[in-house]
Amino acid sequence: MTLFVARRLGAMVLTVVLASLLVFVALQALPGDVATQILGRDATPEAVQVLRDQLGLDQPAWRRYLEWVGGAIQGDFGTSLASGEAVGSELALHLRNTLLIAVLAIAGGLLFSLVLGVVAGLYRDRWPDHLISGASLVGMSVPEFVVATVLVLLFSVTIPVFPAVVLDDADATVGQLLPAIWLPALALSIALAAYVVRMMRASVIDVMASEYVQTARLRGLGTGRVVLRHALPNAVLPTLNVIALNVAWLVGGVVVVETVFNYPGIGTLMIDAVYDRDLPVLQAIAVLSAVVYALCNLAADVAAMGLNPRLRAGGRSTA
Amino acid sequence: MTGSELTVAGTPAQGTLRTVWAGIRSSRAATIGLAIVALHVLVAIAAPLLTSYAPTQSVPAEALAGVSWDHLAGTDQYGRDVLTRVLHGGRFALVVCALSTVAAVGLGTVVGCFVALRGGWADNVVMRLVDSVLAVPAILALLVVVTALGTGTWVVVAAITIVYVPGVVRVVRAAAQSVVPLEYVTAARARGERRWSILRRELLPNVADVVAVELAMRASWAALLVSSLSFLGFGANPPTPDWGLMVAENRTALTVVPMATLAPIVALATFVVGLNLAADGLAKAWGIDRFRRDGR
Repeated sequence: MTLFVARRLGAMVLTVVLASLLVFVALQALPGDVATQILGRDATPEAVQVLRDQLGLDQPAWRRYLEWVGGAIQGDFGTSLASGEAVGSELALHLRNTLLIAVLAIAGGLLFSLVLGVVAGLYRDRWPDHLISGASLVGMSVPEFVVATVLVLLFSVTIPVFPAVVLDDADATVGQLLPAIWLPALALSIALAAYVVRMMRASVIDVMASEYVQTARLRGLGTGRVVLRHALPNAVLPTLNVIALNVAWLVGGVVVVETVFNYPGIGTLMIDAVYDRDLPVLQAIAVLSAVVYALCNLAADVAAMGLNPRLRAGGRSTA
Repeated sequence: MTGSELTVAGTPAQGTLRTVWAGIRSSRAATIGLAIVALHVLVAIAAPLLTSYAPTQSVPAEALAGVSWDHLAGTDQYGRDVLTRVLHGGRFALVVCALSTVAAVGLGTVVGCFVALRGGWADNVVMRLVDSVLAVPAILALLVVVTALGTGTWVVVAAITIVYVPGVVRVVRAAAQSVVPLEYVTAARARGERRWSILRRELLPNVADVVAVELAMRASWAALLVSSLSFLGFGANPPTPDWGLMVAENRTALTVVPMATLAPIVALATFVVGLNLAADGLAKAWGIDRFRRDGR
């Protein structure tokens, strides 16, 4: 088991390092001189030279990358070109805000999808299933900005309960942000649930047809007990990877949803960075998302082992 | 693999097409889905004939007019007819979506089959790269590319292609790996056939079903991605009518003319529902598990 986790950790580190390298290369692909590109053609030669120094452009690319990695390991992601502040502290502040909605979205989305998936699976091909499956098909077919916009139409315009936009800055207290987190979190959890529900439904149908569930039923156990104790743990198992992928994908959804609500998190930071061509900020966020992806996958693997004793014994990866 | 008996029936190229056609015919969901998609394509092509307004013609006096017989979906802040813009609004998304999906699935299929056949270090290297590209969410990767190369139709097409190739490689490689150890591939190898011809004649017909489902699924994701990019302001450029961009523009007047925001949403949603129905139907018809695999 330790060996398995260690091997997965190794693969995870390799993935993140390669991803950071790809992002670095992509951002170096700015045509022409990077400093001139960022500042525009009217920039004075002095300003260009200052930026060149700041970005270390006079050094070869591989050295810049290694220095960046060295700094990043110690939590130093360079200086933002737009605000002049340390990227690390800016990132931490926005990350806190994003975590507020992300944690809520993941908790709500998973609860949503587990319950709805089980209901759809148990009532296969009857009206609750048709309703839930239809809704998840629509959920899969609309982008996050549409979900968010419809929520604004419903809960900010028609029934004004929640604010449609956030006016707070990133350094607002949690208490100030509290009224604003519900709609973004709801939008994200709907987008998250759409995929997981379908996976969960398929999984529940498989498990309910299995011999041990039939046996449990024949032993006269109540439906509730059969579903909760016997079916659910086994139905969740194949869903774990889908959950992990969708949670990792949430980083992308966050960018869009935060933009709709002007919520001061990682997403709006990223969009501003794209407008300002703020390369250090962009690079830090892209690599952060790769870390989240890797961690989610690792968590799914470990959770799969927790739920399935057979995986624990052999210590061999089946993934 | 359900494609195998069909390759016996005809030449491989026909077999591939026939596999896909049979799959579409056998599934009601796929038929309905593709019909919806076809309708959207027709509307996008015939848009100028369906309306008496021009999509970029602004009439300031009629700005933000509500729903009426003259403007069935109201007008936007520049007095442009929303329905007209919705009818034209699929063009950018459809073109980008079609080009990038076909390019990504085509490229990914060839690479996926190749590494499955080749194995060894090439397989390892490619799969490591695939993993690391998949680690960055598509929309973030697109934003990085857009920052470096700027916006524009071709940049967006190229960027989506690059972002989607790794996912296709992984899926097709897995499908091809189950074909590679079979007798007829070994026989082809023993005959001394070249790798490229084995790939084309033995592997491709047998992964055709997986590739077709992948095509429909990728197209639906690409449509979502393009419209999200337009919504964020890095896709279609104003005054181009585009669903994602229209939602971004008309959203500011959500309280005044909600229909101006809802109309492009409905258009986009029905298009993607069509693609998803097609993907679902095909996957079901061929027994491919659409969800127990790596996603976007």
